[in-house]
Order: sequence, then structure tokens, then C-alpha cells
Amino acid sequence: MRLTAKLTMLMAVLAVSACTNANRFDNGAVDLNAATGNAGGILPGSASDPSSPAYFQQTVGDRVLFAVDQSTLGPEARSTLDGQVQWLLTNSDYNAVIEGHADEQGTRAYNLALGARRANAVMEYLIAQGIPSSRLRFVSYGKERPIEICSEEACYAKNRRAVTIISAGLTG
Amino acid sequence: MKQIVASLLAVLILAVSAPGVVLAQSGPLRIEITEGVVEPLPYAVPDFVGETAGAQQLAQQIARVVADDLTGSGLFREVPREAHISQITSFGSPVQFADWKAINAQALVTGAVSSEGGRIVVKFRVWDVFAGSELGQGMQFAGTPDGWRRMAHKVADQVYSRITGESGYFDSRVVFVSESGPKDQRSKRLAVMDYDGASVQYLTGGNALVLAPRFSEDGQRVLYTSYETGMPRVHVLEVGTVQSRILQGQDGVMSFAPRFAPNGQTVVYSLTQGSNTDIWAMDIASGGTRQLTSAPSIETAPSYSPDGSQIVFESDRSGTQQLYVMSASGGEARRISFGQGRYSTPVWSPRGDMIAFTKQNAGRFHIGVMRTDGSEERLLTASFLDEGPTWAPNGRVIMFARETQGAQGSSSLYTVDISGRNLKRVRTPEGASDPSWGPLQ
Repeated sequence: MRLTAKLTMLMAVLAVSACTNANRFDNGAVDLNAATGNAGGILPGSASDPSSPAYFQQTVGDRVLFAVDQSTLGPEARSTLDGQVQWLLTNSDYNAVIEGHADEQGTRAYNLALGARRANAVMEYLIAQGIPSSRLRFVSYGKERPIEICSEEACYAKNRRAVTIISAGLTG
Repeated sequence: MKQIVASLLAVLILAVSAPGVVLAQSGPLRIEITEGVVEPLPYAVPDFVGETAGAQQLAQQIARVVADDLTGSGLFREVPREAHISQITSFGSPVQFADWKAINAQALVTGAVSSEGGRIVVKFRVWDVFAGSELGQGMQFAGTPDGWRRMAHKVADQVYSRITGESGYFDSRVVFVSESGPKDQRSKRLAVMDYDGASVQYLTGGNALVLAPRFSEDGQRVLYTSYETGMPRVHVLEVGTVQSRILQGQDGVMSFAPRFAPNGQTVVYSLTQGSNTDIWAMDIASGGTRQLTSAPSIETAPSYSPDGSQIVFESDRSGTQQLYVMSASGGEARRISFGQGRYSTPVWSPRGDMIAFTKQNAGRFHIGVMRTDGSEERLLTASFLDEGPTWAPNGRVIMFARETQGAQGSSSLYTVDISGRNLKRVRTPEGASDPSWGPLQ
């Protein structure tokens, strides 16, 4: 029981620190740090604009983490996803692609399938909370796209992730 | 490339014997490849004779590749050229057996190279030194000069097969993923090379992520997984023209881990729908598909038996990855792996008698082999991360990828005998992973 609590704490810390990292795979061209100091207040599209993908990534939290070889969403993950649901409901012009990832401790094909399980777990949660499935799709990168490159649990924990990437809506 | 292949196919045979026929050998010059072989057979390969002006350098290079092949197999040990007493200055002159006996060379390979009109001819003879006789008959290969390495491999394959009684594997190619850049910015390209890492050719650019290429049995086509469309999808590439197309592609559906059936007409692969990954088969000509597994678990890494009747694959239906065998038409599968740890990436041997696999146990990765019923499991390697075995065409050697640990980690290809001996790194220009060994050419 105490171990579970500790793990949850750890995951929470990791999730927070992950939020401060720019996502290498985000194809948004917005300068995430150029927002403040504008005389009128909020610069549209900047991280301080609550309707911007940058805000989603930095403030709402674009990723959830998983235990080794698991695709179950813990309380921390569900809390992050609840924030994503609110944002997606408010900003209905946007779609999302959920990327599933695994750490390097596994074979290539299995990790592709495992990443798909993780991304699908997120997608199903978002759908269950009211996001239309037409706005969502997922893709797995398996162990091909780590964000942390050490071969230790500290890195592996951040690589076992599902990242929600906001994209402009295909319709409208 | 086409031209070399075409001209190599026109193999000229010196004398009257049929190609590849091995004479029955009752003398001492014979390696029986068994678990017990530990002492490599001593042999000598003096420089081949350059019979025309300008052929001398090629003659030396070819002899060196022959020696690299034979010694590299772990079954032969070269007697250094410095120790040679006789020099071979003419291909036709009688061999001074006493001189080769004196340095304990049990086998002797002599050869000559001539070049004329943009073609070279390589001829060779294999000698049983202690019997004082020729082993098999002289043979020659002709081709363009840029095909000299292949001709050297063909000579080595002949020597190997005459002495072991089994077919060789030197004149074969490997398709693999060439890797560059650090772990978090790795670029991957498909490439083919000779089995020894020479003559690398790239088949794709580095723009789209590509994974796990697999040769067809005839070596003419390659299946692989590409993210070119943004989703992992099975592609097929014609090696001759380097043209590729999507083989399996439904919007929003991932397909990966493809492999040809022995007949080259059917492909098995994994398809992901929702959280579930299953194994499917597709008829290439018609595009018709058929689902072979339907468990809610991950079923992937399918590989056919050489007769095409069965498929071995991995599944985590029991809770962890294990190996299963089912009929090629699907249906009930029987589990064959029962040891400690997780088993994955099974590959049926070309002889049909064994299955190579990756095993994870206690934080280490292994390449191993087992009988097709799961018995006689034997681990051949151990490291931080070994993965993805592929069989040499004669079923005696396995190539696989080894990734090193840490932020500077990179992937390389290695070979190992199925006995677990003779672990060797294959020299590639960049990092390399996901090898698939093609047929003997």
C-alpha cells in the first residue's frame, strides 16, 4: 500500500517535470515562452492563451505515464486526462493524435503493440468522457522515440508514456 | 548490379563435373559440424595467381576474402602465409604436398585470376594435403570485376561445402536497418549488404522511420514497416528496382511485423485494432486478408515453418510473452516455451528443426534456440539488449542486433553459431539493427 502511494507520488512528480519539457514531436511553430510582457495581456497562440495548443501542452498536461509493461491509467493519469477532456470540450476546433510509447526494455514488435495499448487506453478514456471519437486517433511508436536516453528507471519511467498531440481540426 | 548477377549466373564449370557436386570423401579431410566440434581445421590459402597483367591485385584480394570467410566461420584456422614453404606461382603446377604437410595445413586452396575484355575469371582447386589428392574438382566463375567479392564468396562456399558436406552461406546478403544519431534522434534507413558487412546499399532515405525488413525466400523482395504515412504500415519493396508500395493500409490502423510465406505469395503480419493486436495473412496478388488469431492479447512476430504449414508467433495471452505454434490457416495454438522469463521474436530455421528467439530474463536479453516442440532450449548469448535473430541460409549461424546500454548506446549486428560459439560483430558503416538474412545466391 505504501509502495503504491510512493509510486503515485513519483509519477506525479515526473508528470509535472515532463510538462516543462517542450515536446520534440510537436509540430506547432509557436514560441512557447514569448508570451509575457505584452501590453494588452494575452498573446493569441502563446502558452498563456488558454485556447492554444501550447497552453494544453504546458498547463493542462499533454502526457500520462505507465508502469512497466502496463497500460492501466492510474489516478494521476486520469486527473491529467480529465483536464485534457475539459480543454478539448472547450476548444472543439481541435483534434488530437495520441502517441503511445514504450521504454527500451522489450522487443520491437511487442513494444509497438504495447504502445498501441497505452495510446488506446487514453483514447478510450477521452471518448468515455465525451470527446467524439471522430476527433481522435492514435499511433504507437513503440520504443522508437524515447525522450530520455539513459538506461535507468528514471528515464524509462518518462518514456513509458502516451502523449496527446493537438492538431488543427480536419473539418471546418 | 543486375549485370553482375546475370553474369554470375552464367557460371562456367571447368572440366566436366556438375556444379556443386561434392565427391564422397572417406579420407581425413572432413569436418562433421556437431555440437562437439571445437578444433578448427587448419588450412592454407596462398595468394591466387594473377594470370594476366593487372589481375595480381584482385587475385590477392580474392584469396583474402576466401580466407576471411573460412576463418570467420569458426570451423577453419588459417596457417599464416609467413609460414608457407611453397609458393604457388602457377595454377597448373603440381602441388608440393610435403611442404604443406610440414606446416600442418590439412586443406589447401589454390586459385588463379585472369582478366580479359572487362571480365574476370576466377578458378580454384581444393586439396586434401594429407591424402595428397584433390578434393572435388576444379571450378571457375566468371563475371565483371566489380563482382569480385561475390566470386570470392562462391569459392569459399565451395570449400566449406566440400569439407563439411553442408551448403555454405558466404555468398548471401542481409537486409537491415542502418541507424545514425543518438537514441532520441535516431534516423533509420533500409540497407542491404553482403553477409560480411561489405557492399552496403541503401534502399530508403532517412525521412520516414522504417523497421524490421524481411527478405522473401528468393531475396528479390523485402517486406518492412514504414511510418511514411504517419502510421506504421507494411510495405513491400522490389530489390531490383528499389520501388516500394504499401501492402497493408487501412486508415487509422497499424500494421507491422510482416514476414513472407515460403511460397512468396502470402504475407503474415500484425494488425492493431483498438488495444488488440492480432495476426493476419494476406494474399499479395488479390489483397485478400484473413484473421489468424482472435485473442484479446498481443499476438505478433509471426514466422512460417519452411514447408509453409505452420506459424510460430509470440503472444502475451498467458500474462507474459511466450511462443506458440499454430497451423498456417490459424486456429488452435499450442504453447512451446515454458522456461523462466519472456520469449519473443521466434524465427523458424531453414532446416525446419529449430526455432530461434529472443528471451528476456532477470534484466538480461538472450538469443536462444529450441526444438520446434520447445525442448532442448539453449541460450547462445547474453547482454543488456540482444534482439531479433535471423538464420543463415544453411541454418548453422544466427545474426542478431545488440544494443549497448546508456545514453551513448548504439546498435550493432553480431553473428553466433547455433552452438553458442564464435560470437562476432559484423562491421557496418553505421549503427545497425533488425537483420534479415537472405538466401544463398
